[in-house]
Amino acid sequence: MIDRRSLLKATAGTGALAAMGGLSAPALAQGAAARTLRFIPQANLANFDPIWGTQYVVRNASAMVWDTLYGVDDKLEVRRQMVEGEETSSDGLTWTFRLRPGLRFHDGEPVLAKDVVASITRWMPRDPMGQMLKAIQQELVAVDDRTFRWVLKKPYPKLRYALGKTNTPICFIMPERIAKTDSFQQISEYVGSGPMRFMRDEWVPGARAVFQRFDQYQPREDAGTWLAGAKRMLVERVEWVVVPDPATASAALQNGEVDWWENPLSDLVPTLRRNRNIMVDIADPLGNVGSFRMNYLTPPFRDVKARRAVLMAMSQEDYMRALVGDDERLWKPLPGFFTPGTQLYTEEGGEILKGPRNLDAAKKLLAESSYAGEPVVCLVAQDQIITKAQGDVTADLLKRLGFNVDFVATDWGTVGQRRASKSPLNQGGWSMFHTWHAGADCINPAAYNAVRANGDGAWFGWPNVPAVEEAISEWFDAPDLEAEKRIIGKVNRLALENVVYAPTGFFLGYQAWRKNVSGIQKGPLPFFWGVSKS
Amino acid sequence: MLAYVVRRILATIPVMAIVALFVFSLLYFAPGDPAAVIAGDQATPADVERIRQSLGLDQPFFVRFGDWSWRILQGNLGTSIFTNLPVTTMIAQRIEPTLSLMVLTLILSVSVAVPMGVVAAWKQGTLIDRAVMAFAVLGFSVPVFVVGYLLAYVFALELDWLPVQGYTPFSEGFIPWLENLVLPAIALGGVYIALIARITRASMLEVLQQDYIRTARAKGAGQASILFLHALKNAAVPIVTVVGIGIALLIGGAVVTESVFAIPGLGRLTVDAILRRDYPVIQGVVLLFSFVYVLVNLLIDLLYTLFDPRIRY
Repeated sequence: MIDRRSLLKATAGTGALAAMGGLSAPALAQGAAARTLRFIPQANLANFDPIWGTQYVVRNASAMVWDTLYGVDDKLEVRRQMVEGEETSSDGLTWTFRLRPGLRFHDGEPVLAKDVVASITRWMPRDPMGQMLKAIQQELVAVDDRTFRWVLKKPYPKLRYALGKTNTPICFIMPERIAKTDSFQQISEYVGSGPMRFMRDEWVPGARAVFQRFDQYQPREDAGTWLAGAKRMLVERVEWVVVPDPATASAALQNGEVDWWENPLSDLVPTLRRNRNIMVDIADPLGNVGSFRMNYLTPPFRDVKARRAVLMAMSQEDYMRALVGDDERLWKPLPGFFTPGTQLYTEEGGEILKGPRNLDAAKKLLAESSYAGEPVVCLVAQDQIITKAQGDVTADLLKRLGFNVDFVATDWGTVGQRRASKSPLNQGGWSMFHTWHAGADCINPAAYNAVRANGDGAWFGWPNVPAVEEAISEWFDAPDLEAEKRIIGKVNRLALENVVYAPTGFFLGYQAWRKNVSGIQKGPLPFFWGVSKS
Repeated sequence: MLAYVVRRILATIPVMAIVALFVFSLLYFAPGDPAAVIAGDQATPADVERIRQSLGLDQPFFVRFGDWSWRILQGNLGTSIFTNLPVTTMIAQRIEPTLSLMVLTLILSVSVAVPMGVVAAWKQGTLIDRAVMAFAVLGFSVPVFVVGYLLAYVFALELDWLPVQGYTPFSEGFIPWLENLVLPAIALGGVYIALIARITRASMLEVLQQDYIRTARAKGAGQASILFLHALKNAAVPIVTVVGIGIALLIGGAVVTESVFAIPGLGRLTVDAILRRDYPVIQGVVLLFSFVYVLVNLLIDLLYTLFDPRIRY
C-alpha cells in the first residue's frame, strides 16, 4: 500500500526534480531494508575499545564485533564459545584450553592461541576478576596454534565465569597486535572475531555506527541465548542511530524510521503501547539496583550509626516511584544487595529495610551518633534521570531526619570527578552520591565492585569492613552452590549492618520494537544474533 | 577597501587568541573529568587516575595550554579524547548538516520575514500589522524545542509527510536532504523570522516617512516599487545588521534543534563533548564558531557598502 509520503514524493517531487537533475535514488531497496536493522542505543558510541572504555554502550557494540572464549546464557550458566574444550589438573591449578577450529578474525587471519593470551593479558588489569587472576597467575602461554595453558598459584573455580560473564569489561578476543596495546591506552584498529564487522568509515561518533555481517564467522551449532551458543546473524547490516531526545526516539519508532529502541522512557511507554505496530516488553529481567553511597572517610557517615539511621528511615517505595512512576511491574523492594530472581538472592539481615519506616527511631539513632550538624554534601547529577530522581528523594529524607543538607545539583561528569576526592568536605569532598548498578553485575560478588568493602581499594565511598571482605573471599573459594548461598547470606547481612551502600530498590526497564522485527531477547545487553526483520 | 579587508582579517588573529585562552582556561577550571567518564561507572579510583595520566590530564595548566597552542599554530586541533579521531575529522563529519540547516533557515527566514515586515509597515495599525506583530511575539516566546515537537507531531506522525529525525547528505539527493531539514529549519527559523520581521517593520516605518518616498508617490510610482525598490534598500542596513547578529542566535538554536531532530551536526557534537568533557573537541568547535562569527561580522560590514554607497572604509 502506498503511503502519503511516497505519494507526495511521486507527484509533487517528480517534475521539479527531474528538471533539476536531483532525483535521488531510493536509499535502500525493499529487500535491503529488510536486511538492515536500525537500532537506537541507550547512549552514544563515543569510543570503541571495550577494555579501555568500560561503558555499557561500548560493551554492547563490542559484543557484536568480538567473540569470547565462554559465554553466559539466559540461565546464567557458562557455556563454551570460542573454546572447544578445556582440561583442569586434579589440583585445580593448571587449565588447558583448546580453541574451536575455523575461527577467523575480520581480516581473514585465523584466531590463534597467542591472540587469546594477549587478549586475556590486556583484559586482566581492568577487570576485578581479572585482577584476582593476575595476582595468582603463574603462567599463561600459547602451547600451539589452538591450545593455551594457564597455570595458577591457587585454584580459581570461577575462571570460566570470569571469561564468559556479561559484566563490563568482557574478555573479548582480539588479534595479538591489537591486544598488545596497553589496557589504559585506546586501540585504533577494530579487527574483530565476532559475527559482525565494525564499519569504521561509516562511524560518526554521536550519530551513527554501522555493523556489517562477517561471512566467515563460524557460529556454534548449539542454540544461542545471550553470549552463549550460535550467534547467527539474520540481518546483513545493523545501524545504530543515536537519537538523544526520548520524544524524538519515540516518534521515530512510531514512524518506522527505526526498528528497535533499547531503553524507552517509562513515561513514553503508554504512547508506544497504543501503536499497533509496536511491541513493548521488559528489556532485562535482571534489571537494575538503585543506590546511593555514603562516604566512610568524612563525617557524618564515617559513623555507622548515622549510616544506619538513613537506612532505617528510607522508603524504597518512594525511590522507586520517583524513578519509574506508578507502573508496579517495574520495581520491587530490595532488602539486600543481590539481584532478585537469581540463585544467590537473599534477604538475610534485610529487616532494616523492610516494613513501615520509623522516622522517630532513625532520628533517635542519629542523635546517638557523632553527627554535630555539619553539612551533608549530597552530589546529584541532574542530567541522568535515575540519579536526579533518587537525589530528590534523598534530599527530602535527609531534611526530615534533621541533616543539614548541602544539595549539589550538577552533571554526571562533575560527579564522576568529585566522587574520587577523599578530601574533607570544605576542600571539595563529599558525603554521598547516587548511582545505579546493572542487575547482571549484582548476581554475585565476582564483578560487583559496589559491594566490596576493602577500604582504600573499594569503590567510591571507600567502605572499610574487613568482615565483608573475608566473606567475599570465602565465596570465591566456595565448592558448591549451597556453600555459595550460605556465604552470600552472610555478605548481605554484614554489608547491611555496616551499610556498605544504601540500595534504593530493584527496577526494570523497557525495550520497544516494531512488530516486523522478531527474535529479540530479554537480557542485560541487546543481542543482535537471531534477530530478523520482515 | 582591500586594505580594510586585510586589516580586518588580521584583526581576527588576536581575537581568536583571546578566545582560545578564554576557552582553555574555562575548561581547565571547570569541574568534571573525562577520565571518569571513559573508565565507566564501575571503575576504581586507581583506574580513573591511570587513565587521567595516560591522557596527560594530570599536567599543569601552562604545560597543557602551551602544548595545545603549539598544535593550533600548526593547524592541528588535536585528537578527541574519546573517539581517538582527529578533531578536524569530527568537525568535517558534522559541518555539512549544520551548514545546511543554517543556510536553509537563513533563506527561509529572510524570504519570509522581510516581506512580512514590509507589509506590516505598509499596513501599519491594521489587522495585518497586528497579526505580523503577534506572530513576532509568538516567535520570540515559544522555545525552539516546543515548536520542533509540534511540527514533528503534526507533519511526521499525524500526516506522515516528513521524517521525524536524521539527516541525508545533499549528495544523496536534493529531496531527501530537504525532507530532513524542512521541519528543523522552520523550528529554528521562528525566532529569527520574528526578529527580522520586527526590525524590517521598524526600519521601513522610518523610511516610509521620508520626503523622497512622498516624491516617488507623487511621480506615480507603484506601491510595490515604492516598498521594495525605494524604501527597502534604504531600510536594509539595520536589517542586514540583525541578520548578522542573528547568526549567533542560529548557532545557539542549532544546538537544541539538532538534538530534537537528531541531526548529526556541530551543535550536537558540542553538547556531547561538553557533557563528556572532551576538551579538544570543545576547544576546536568553539574556535570554529568564533571564527565564523568574526567572518560573518566582516561580511556584514562589507555589505553595508552595497546598500548605502555613502559608507566607505
